[in-house]
Amino acid sequence: MEPRPVALKVLDWLSVILLLIASYLTLFWAPTEAVMGNVQRVFYFHVAAGWVGMIGFLLAVFSGIMYLIKSDMKWDIIGLAGIEVGLVFSLINIVTGAIWARPIWNTWWTWDPRLVTATVMELVYVAYLMLRQGIEDPERRARFGAIYAILGFVSVPLSFLSIRIWRTIHPVVIGSNDPGAEGTFDMTADMQTAFFFSLFTFTVFGVALLWHRIRIGRLQDKVERKKMELMS
Amino acid sequence: MAETTNYMILGFAVIFVTMGVHLWSLYNRAGRLKKDLAMLEEMEEE
Repeated sequence: MEPRPVALKVLDWLSVILLLIASYLTLFWAPTEAVMGNVQRVFYFHVAAGWVGMIGFLLAVFSGIMYLIKSDMKWDIIGLAGIEVGLVFSLINIVTGAIWARPIWNTWWTWDPRLVTATVMELVYVAYLMLRQGIEDPERRARFGAIYAILGFVSVPLSFLSIRIWRTIHPVVIGSNDPGAEGTFDMTADMQTAFFFSLFTFTVFGVALLWHRIRIGRLQDKVERKKMELMS
Repeated sequence: MAETTNYMILGFAVIFVTMGVHLWSLYNRAGRLKKDLAMLEEMEEE
């Protein structure tokens, strides 16, 4: 593996510093929400994680299109990195949502359009990894992966828009809430600071993780090629 | 105001543990691949 570039080292350290500051802002700076209490603080990282998850899936669909046009394996590596990072952050989003819901909705899970579409989205991308595991030929795997990533992306806007187009109890952060939404609140200036800082922090951290995952993908590709050379 | 501190702690624990596991996984995979590559290069030289 090539040595870690300076820019990536900077990004790594920046991520650590930003995560520390974001943790301080969410845990101590932002006021305690009057009705929900301390569990509302999870919201800042919950939304930020969902945002990074969607960025990862968006990167995967872009890489899928690029792979189909250029047939260059680097796009397959980038796409896989996008989906892996997207899955990790979407998982954080879903689980923290359930933890928040327990005291606020009095249940860990309900068949709400947002919860269902977000879980379906997660499962769609888990299936992407399973599909890849089942294909040995690297080019075939990349082609199938690219097509799947493009088709699977339908689940992303569906999940994002679900709370805006269907009746739901899930709060909407930006835009108007459904009258049936439970757990809504008005953000004060300090809450907005914590919220937008968390979004920025998770974006930087997500980019750093993507970069690391792409480097591992390149190394994996190199190992596979070397194995093929030795076997032939 | 509802007393929900335990749920907050659980939420942050899930966030940091999940991130930690992913970071460990990246580190572990990179190390294993480096070893594999070194071994393959050694075999190639022989």
